[in-house]
Parts: sequence; structure tokens; C-alpha cells
Amino acid sequence: MIVELTVNGVPVTARVTNPGSLLDLLRDELGLPGSKNACEQGECGSCSVILDGELVCSCLVMAADAAGSSVTTVEGVSPDDGLHPVQEAMHHAGAVQCGFCTPGIVVAAVDLFARNAHPSSNEIKDALAGNICRCTGYGAIIRALEGVGATDEH
Amino acid sequence: MSTRTGRRVGVPRGVIRDSPLRPDGVPKLRGEFEYAQDLRAEGMLWAATVRSPHARARVVSIDLGPALAIGGVHACLTAADVPGRATFGLEHADQPVLAGDEVKFWGEPVAVVAAEDDDTARRAAAAVEVRYEELDARTDPEEADDRDEVFRRLSIRRGDQGLHGSVVVEGEYEVGMQDQAPLGTEAGLAIPDGQGGVDLYATSQYVHVDQEQVVASLGLRPDQVRAHPTGIGGAFGAREDVNLHIHLCMLALHTGRPVKMVYHRSESFTGHVHRHPAWLRYRHESDEDGRLVRVEARVMIDGGAYASTTSAVLANACYFAVGPYRSDSVAVDGVGARTNNPPCGAMRGFGAVQVCFAYEAQMDRLAAALEMDPLDLRELNALGTGDPMPTTGQVIETPLPTIEVIRSLQAMPLPEPATMAHHSELPGGSGLTTEPHHVRRGVGYALGLKNLGFSEGSDDYAQARVRLTPDGAVVETAAIEVGQGLVTVLAQIVRSALGISRVDVNHVDTSKIDSAGSTSASRQTQLSGGATLEASVKLRQRVLDRHEGEELDDDGVWKGDELVVSWSVLAEEDWEETVTFRHPPTTGPDENGQGVIHADFAVAGHRAVVDVDTELGLVKVVRVDTAQDVGLALNPQSVRGQIEGGILQGVGLAVMEELVMKDGVILNPTFTDYLLPTILDAPDVEALLIEREGSWGPFGAKGVGEPPTISSTAAVAAAIRAASGKELNRVPIRPQDIALE
Ligand code: FES
Ligand code: FES
Repeated sequence: MIVELTVNGVPVTARVTNPGSLLDLLRDELGLPGSKNACEQGECGSCSVILDGELVCSCLVMAADAAGSSVTTVEGVSPDDGLHPVQEAMHHAGAVQCGFCTPGIVVAAVDLFARNAHPSSNEIKDALAGNICRCTGYGAIIRALEGVGATDEH
Repeated sequence: MSTRTGRRVGVPRGVIRDSPLRPDGVPKLRGEFEYAQDLRAEGMLWAATVRSPHARARVVSIDLGPALAIGGVHACLTAADVPGRATFGLEHADQPVLAGDEVKFWGEPVAVVAAEDDDTARRAAAAVEVRYEELDARTDPEEADDRDEVFRRLSIRRGDQGLHGSVVVEGEYEVGMQDQAPLGTEAGLAIPDGQGGVDLYATSQYVHVDQEQVVASLGLRPDQVRAHPTGIGGAFGAREDVNLHIHLCMLALHTGRPVKMVYHRSESFTGHVHRHPAWLRYRHESDEDGRLVRVEARVMIDGGAYASTTSAVLANACYFAVGPYRSDSVAVDGVGARTNNPPCGAMRGFGAVQVCFAYEAQMDRLAAALEMDPLDLRELNALGTGDPMPTTGQVIETPLPTIEVIRSLQAMPLPEPATMAHHSELPGGSGLTTEPHHVRRGVGYALGLKNLGFSEGSDDYAQARVRLTPDGAVVETAAIEVGQGLVTVLAQIVRSALGISRVDVNHVDTSKIDSAGSTSASRQTQLSGGATLEASVKLRQRVLDRHEGEELDDDGVWKGDELVVSWSVLAEEDWEETVTFRHPPTTGPDENGQGVIHADFAVAGHRAVVDVDTELGLVKVVRVDTAQDVGLALNPQSVRGQIEGGILQGVGLAVMEELVMKDGVILNPTFTDYLLPTILDAPDVEALLIEREGSWGPFGAKGVGEPPTISSTAAVAAAIRAASGKELNRVPIRPQDIALE
């Protein structure tokens, strides 16, 4: 079937043949490999995108169900040039190691700050509870995001 | 000669001991960094693997017909199609590229297919009809020992075997099978070069050893296979062994098309080796004052169906079986069993993790028997520079600040009791099943010791090249960046040694440079860093000699205040220096396990604070603080990143991470069922870096990747024991072990 949706503000049309996920659609059909697949079952958050204003695991959304929706991926939250304050803070705090979790964490954190400009440490942890990072132990991620709230630059 | 005066004085930014921004940070944050999963090539096919559903079976027949009948399927290959050596392996080539007559573990590859797209490839793999005759899976390592089905035995005898102490503690311990669970699964792309050769871009920690194994099994000349370093989502040991590499190259050469494969998570859990489960029996004997007199250990690890690195992991477990403590008399007997369980191999800590859990529990028990403070007992027995290793007798030549580690932990303030105001402070978290009055706090300590670099007489080296270009300097290396920050630290080393600020690190393929060895054994900063430093120093000297200069910086070569050659002129000349760096030589063990076995050592200690709901068996790991021997922290931020990440993997092994096995079958090969620590499980960490000059690493740096994972598990276990009063001789510690035991 043909699916029409808006991705990062751009209307796109894609043919969905298999019972594929929104994640497959983004990565394989739309050329947006920033969203990652690490578990294909909603456990790791590597595939996080914002779907009609809601943070979702795109591996759990059927591509066909995204018809008519508006999707924001990591590519969409990154400014044309440079970095979003969340990205900037993560960069400086050493919150990126292998980086495979990073796009999902960026999207989840951008979503958090859009709703809550000054999240507490506990709110940061709750917001990222669905994102697995195997490298950093999360310390640098928490320090980075605490800094974003404190300086209020976003 | 161009001249200029009034030179800028100063050191470039981003030298050693700074924490400059990672060069790959921006693309990773923007989702633009290319991982093996993201690779594409014109005309590319997708591959999938047919795997054994049995832990042991005879392969009666394989019918490829139904798979080949599916439209879009281009190839189905079996063992009969392997053109060269039928087997592969990191240390012993004993594992079939594709199983022939017999499958020996659940998930073993039997056939591979290539098709137009991923979906078709997976359907085709499912359509291959393999008839099996199931055989009895032999999954008990003790029975394997009885049958003498072992990869290695190692016996260590040091000192007077007749020595005995008056205070004795004994214990038996068990460590479950942990998975590295790197966030990126196995993935790769093989591209035929049109002349019978192939370029491989696949997840790896060690491209030269992949290349050798592909060459052997494809029956090609070495120059026909080029393995390229590729972006990977973590490693932790899981990528030392070949998995999809040979399959991809076979399919690419067979079809004449680029072929890509990406493992799904459940496949990843069977597609790479795991941390060895271990069974440990200990007897510690001390005098009345607590001085260790004799340590006896029996170490059993289950290597699973094929060798991988079991013999080296077993050796490490045995050599580090006493930990960072002196003992006059030591007897260690180790067995690496061969069974029909999934193959086990490298994971961060490499054998030292399993024994640490046991010897640290023993040290606590000994302290209790002696009515001594557990840290005082450790300090009394602390191993240091100049002491012989308790196991191998090797005299420790480089700094080993065990006592400083202990005293640092002692001096760290303890946290306040939890307020339980937020659910993340409660054991069990947002389930809110915990009643605060059932929560007990416990504090536990553990120390761990680990070798750095390859051991037992292996010729361990890394090659690196430093070149000057119009844009600055470039380091060329085949060393793999797994996320740890090698790309940052190599550039820092060049800036410090050459004096220039613009430095890039280029990962080049196996045809362009000699091996850097594996990104494992905490070795790349020391080995590839050592090669990079030496190349930079030599290059700088040659440049200065040629131009009779005194200083080199971004502007060029200086003599006093005069710029004698500008950078652009300098860069027109052909400047490069290639260095192969080796660490001090080691030897294999003699018949008693004695010898100069290791190149260097690092010690670390951890103090864990836990809150335990003793009724429900739920644990909240509140803090894990650490002091770690780092030599010199070349990049303090990266060191801290290694420490925090390594500690959390140790916490995972202590309280949640285990591949649960039944008759050789993994029962939980998904992220839903294999529990990984989340941000809500992560303890706060205070890390004290202990710097001492004297290691042979660049600027005295030691490797830092593994020590955080070694004693953190043992410290958490000790803290849970303190809170619960239970023996807890097995990790991971499950709720029922605390609440019902
Ligand atoms: S890939 Fe979607 S949650 Fe893991
Ligand atoms: S940085 Fe590797 S998984 Fe998070």
C-alpha cells in the first residue's frame, strides 16, 4: 500500500509492501538511518521518534499505521548546522561513546525539554527509563541533561 | 626559506590530560555516523542464516529446494560450499564455518542465503529444510571434565605446598553466563572486487584476525581480502570472534554482488560468544593475625561447544585467582570444559571477573572469622610493586597502588540513608511493592586485579602511522574504535608529542597497515597509543633535524623566533613514520604455572552501597564508588566514561544479567527477557583516579577499560550480603536468593 506522512516537516509518500515497522520505513525506504534498531521489540529506545507529538518506539509502530502522521526523527531535531542544546550538552559531558543509543536518547531528551524546561534529576531519569545505553553507565548523560535545564539555553 | 618572527608560545589545546571533544561526537549525536547496520551498496543483496534448533544433533539432510524456489533468492550455501578451510577460530580453528555432519550448539549456523531484500532472505532461511537426528546434548561441564572433554587444564603451584594457616575459610561460588549485549548487533557488508577478491566492512574488534580467517576459509591469497574498520555499536568482547564475516564473503563471491547481513537481537544472542559461566571452590588459610598463608582454588569454566578464547580466559581466571593479595603458598587448578552449551569467549574482564566474585567473598569471610575489618585485612595482605604475583611468581615491576586504592575507598564519605521520597530510590522502583520499613542498607567492598595487554608469550604488537598533510597530522591505524574514545586519545598523543593542534585519526583497512591487535585486554591506549607516540616523536625529530629547527607547531618549523619552514612548505615534503610497538616480552607458564606471564597490571577497588528489601528480595544499588590505578589519565573524561560504564556492567552481573540455559538452549535471548540496567538502575559513582608514573604505556598510561567491571560485581554482592545476612554464593543474585533462601 501507499502511505503518506510527514517526516521532519517534509511530506513523503512511500510504498509499504511488508508488515514492516515505521523504523524500517524510515531506515530502509526514506533514507533516514539515524534511528537505530537494537532490539526490535520496544525495550531499548534506540528507535525513538516523535509521532504526532508523542515519543514512541518506531520499531513498535506499523508503518501503515503512521499514514497521515507527522514524525520527527533525530535528523529532524538536529539543526541544519551545529547541535541542539541537548546534543551540545551531551557532546561536552562525554555522554557519547559508541553512539548507538545516542539518537534515541537525543530524541527522548528533546521531547522531555519540550514539555519541561527545568526537569529534576528524577524527571530526567524517568524520561529516559526506556533508553538502554550499554556504554556510559548513564552518568554522563544525566550530568549533560542536568546542565541543559540549569542553563536554560534551549 | 620563509621567515617570520614573534612566534606564538604555547601548547596546542586537546593534548594529553585534557578532555577534548570526541571527533565522532557530532555525527553520532546527529544520527549521521555510519554504523555497519547502515551500509549500502549498489545492487546489494541481503543475507540470512539458517541455525540449528538443537543443542546437539546429527545433520541428516539439507534440502535447499524450497528456499531456492522463492523468487528473489540468489544463493543458498552450506558446508559443502566453503571453498577453503572448513573451520575458523580465534585461537584454535575448531568451529565449522557452517556445520557439516553434526551441530554442537543451539543456534549454530547450518546454511546461509542471499536474496533481494532482508525479508525474502529471512523467509528463504526459514524455508531451508534441514532434517536432524537429535543427540543427547552434553551440557554439564563437570561431566565433560570427567570425560576429559576440555579445552585446557592449568595447574599452578607456588611456594611450599605443605604450608598451612590456623584460620581457614572455605566456599563454593557460581557465576552465571553474562552477555556483552552491545547495543549494535552484528552487521556487515561484503563487496566483491570483480577480480576474485573481496572487501569486508563488518562489526569487529580486530580486523586483521578477521581477514586472516576469511582468507583461510575462502582459500584466497591474503592480498585478495581487505577487512575495513567500520562503525560499531559497542563490543565488550563480543566482536573478537568471527561470526558473519566468512558467510558474507562467501555469498558475495558466489553471487558476484555486494551482500549485507544484520543480525536481529535474538540472533545476536546466539551469534556471538558470551562470558563464561564459572564454578569456583576456594580455601583460604591465614595466620592468627590475618596474613594469608595459603590459597587453594579450583576454577571450572564452561567453554561451550567451540574453543574461541576459552584457553586464555581460563588462564586469566587461574592467574588472577588470588586477586591483589600476597600469599606464600598457592595451588590453583583450572578446567575449561567443552560442552554443547553456546560457545563462550571474551567479555570485559576476561576470566578475572568470575574469580574476583569468589576470592573477595572469601576475603570477607576470612575477615569475619578473624573478627577483623575487611579493608584492614585487605591492606595487611595487599600486593604491591616488587612483590611476586601470588600465582605465577612474576615480580610486579610497574606501579601497583593497591594500598592507595584501599585507603581511598576508606576515606570516601558514606551517603545519607535514602529518603524513599521518589520511587527510583526504592528497591523495585516504580512497582512500589517495597515497604520502606523492610529496607536494609548494606555496604560492601571488593578489589580486583587484571593484566593489561596479551599474555603468555604472545607477540603482542600494534602498528600505527603518523603522516603530515597540508591540514595537519593524520594517524593511520587499523585499531577499532568501539566507543571507548581511541580516536580522541590518539589525536591527543600526537598533539602532545608533535606540538601541532590539527590531528585526524583515520581507520584504514588491513591492506594499508599492519595489525593493531584487538581492541580488548584494555590494550589499545597502551599499544596503539604507544605506537602513535613513538611515531610522533621520531617524526618530529626527523623534521627538526632536516630543517635544523628547534620547535614544531601549526605554523611550521621554528628556530628561536624564526619560522624556518612554513607548514605548507613542510607538508609538501613526504613525511610519515610507521612504528610497530611491542610491550615488554612475556613467557608461557612452566609446568607449575610459573613465569613472566603478563606485561602489566592494574588494580581497582569498589565500594557498593545498596538498599535491600529483605522481604521481597529487591535491591537498589545506591552508589558504587571506586578508586582505580590508571597510570596517567590521558583523557580524564573518557576514563570516567569507562569507569561508569564498566561499573554498570558489573552491577548488571551482580543483580540481573544472565543468559538462562536449559539443556543447551538459551531461554531469554531478547531484550525483554535478558535484563539490562537502565538509567533508573544506575548507581551514583564517585571515581578517584590514582596516577603513578612507571608503566610502559604512552606517558605512563595504563589501560582502564576492564578494571571497572572486575570488582564492582563482587562489591555489590558483598553489600547485599551485609544488608540481608545471606550467604549469596551465586551471581546474579535473584530476589528469591535473598527472600526465600
Ligand atoms: S529497537 Fe525499538 S525499542 Fe529497541
Ligand atoms: S554510547 Fe554505546 S550504547 Fe550508549
